Amino acid sequence: METFDLARAQDVALEEQARAQAFFGDACGDAAALLPILHRLQDMFGYVDEAALPMIAKTLNISLAEVRGTMSFYHDYRTARPGRHVLKLCRAESCQSMGVDHLVDHLTTRHGLAPDETSGDGTLTVQSVYCLGNCALSPAALFDERPVGALDAARLDSLIAEARR
Amino acid sequence: MSAIRIYVPCDSAALSVGADDVARALSAEATRRNLAIDLVRNGSRGMMWLEPFVEVETPQGRIGYGPVRTADVASLLDAGLLQGGTHPLCHGLVEDMDFIKRQQRLTFARIGIVDPLSLEDYRKHGGLAGLERAKTLTAAAIVEEIVASGLRGRGGAGFPAGTKWRTVMQAEGPQKFIVCNADEGDSGTFADRMVMEGDPFMLIEGMAIAGLAVGATRGVLYIRSEYPHAIATMGKAIALARKASILGPSFDIEIRTGAGAYICGEETSLLESIEGKRGQVRAKPPLPAHKGLFGCPTVINNVLTLAAAPSILAQGGKAYAEHGMARSRGTMPFQIAGNVQRRGLFEAPFGMTLRTLIEDIGGGTASRRPLRAVQVGGPLGAYFPESLLDTPLDYEAMAAAGGLLGHGGIVVFDDSVDMAKQAKFAFDFCAIESCGKCTPCRIGSTRGAETIAKITAGRNVESNIALVRDLCTVLTDGSLCALGGLTPMPVMSALNHFAEDFRRAPARDAAE
Repeated sequence: METFDLARAQDVALEEQARAQAFFGDACGDAAALLPILHRLQDMFGYVDEAALPMIAKTLNISLAEVRGTMSFYHDYRTARPGRHVLKLCRAESCQSMGVDHLVDHLTTRHGLAPDETSGDGTLTVQSVYCLGNCALSPAALFDERPVGALDAARLDSLIAEARR
Repeated sequence: MSAIRIYVPCDSAALSVGADDVARALSAEATRRNLAIDLVRNGSRGMMWLEPFVEVETPQGRIGYGPVRTADVASLLDAGLLQGGTHPLCHGLVEDMDFIKRQQRLTFARIGIVDPLSLEDYRKHGGLAGLERAKTLTAAAIVEEIVASGLRGRGGAGFPAGTKWRTVMQAEGPQKFIVCNADEGDSGTFADRMVMEGDPFMLIEGMAIAGLAVGATRGVLYIRSEYPHAIATMGKAIALARKASILGPSFDIEIRTGAGAYICGEETSLLESIEGKRGQVRAKPPLPAHKGLFGCPTVINNVLTLAAAPSILAQGGKAYAEHGMARSRGTMPFQIAGNVQRRGLFEAPFGMTLRTLIEDIGGGTASRRPLRAVQVGGPLGAYFPESLLDTPLDYEAMAAAGGLLGHGGIVVFDDSVDMAKQAKFAFDFCAIESCGKCTPCRIGSTRGAETIAKITAGRNVESNIALVRDLCTVLTDGSLCALGGLTPMPVMSALNHFAEDFRRAPARDAAE
């Protein structure tokens, strides 16, 4: 993950704005590029740095309140750097029917990890999500971008060991 | 000797249980043994309990093996995998397997069979015939084919697709848009994901047909961020389609990635999201068909709705309408999920009963414990008890039974489920995902969760149950969209069918 750099962030914002305008043409609204910009910044830096927000507002000619309002609405966007690895654990109904709540207990009692927190050593962030579309192989997770199905305690242990390596 | 073709799926369900490792092991072991294989990464056949499901092309047809682990690769090759040899993991000819034979695959006809990113495969299996025919028709004639098919929106609401397309066709505007809703957030559903990963050109073709029908030159495909593989596959397919001039200046598609908000599956929130705003629901009217994306006339349809368009255009709307029952025409890709033995994707005409799907096709619970509840149609769908399993799966029959079909997801629970906990989760989920626009949804969801917690703690149980019922009426009647409007469905069905789960705690009635 790169260290935050405002000049690089500005390049991304301008690029996405040009792309949105080219695609949507005259109909394009001012904020059309906002989500793609936030996504790309988070991909590059692991989170969206506070310092980027006034620049984004200025580039798109929208208010800072609009940038903040949109960013805070969506669960995906982070305001701080996550752990080195991110485990997205599905907590929705299908995974409940196959015992994901027991896995959450296991995470807490065995590994001292709570959902939606980062481990003390900064290696792993566990994030609750609601459906990964792998409901025929519940409980399901995404370890970084790698899908994990039919998750059980043993598999969870090995993922945590992998994160800590 | 020519190379033998072997298929190992690249669908993310298959990847989640090690399909990439199996593919690598097969290549390495074949090289070591000096065997020539042509490894194709196909979509999934939808038999998820058998993933990774490996297939071999033989003169008799494709023979399937599964679930294959890397440790099985050597013994499979020893048993003559390349000739379709017998092995404990062998299921014989895939076409003769019960789960496959009993389906009627229209939307999923190619999925699991072809290489998702081969345009040549796509054409060979009937792809682009619909778009080519659409190009010879007037816009009105294309719309009439969709009307004649009886196709209804597969996202959940079941609105007639032809009516929507006709409205946009007749609307005036310098720019019109096609928006594909691929924000498949309902637990228990994965059909959209399988289409995007297993047959992406079909969706591109469907969107292009919609563009011709209504006079739109731009399409936006909004995919949830939880689907990184679908996003990657669709991105590659769009690039290939541009190269082959299937997409271009007259109709082009851009992918937009969601950002983890369930509410953006609601069509007007999704439009706000593409516009770069908070995903808050818009009041209707105006309908998106009149004032949609950036205020322009917009067709917004689910993946499965748009994916049905190519075969409807190729074979004619009447042929499609011959499947199904009553006002639910065509087929539905049902998704059998949760605690079931044989779980996965099963496309069938409307009208099959829940019992047939779960017990006969699905083989009952995976845990082998008695089935207790089935949630149909995602987190906003009703929980059905065993006694209602004979309800047919069609829009009207499900509604008459107090539920909804939604996007066709079916989640099975065994007798270890606590239905009061599930009812509380429905409120919790609504609280997490509420866009905040309507008070009943924004505040009522939190109050509902708190009240159920009191009930399960044994505090003033009967009066608090009455309060939850009253709150559900307010949510149903006072919400703009389906999130607030339908959260009462799982709650009320749990209260009505599983009343005993709410009365387990010793009474601790006290003044509050």
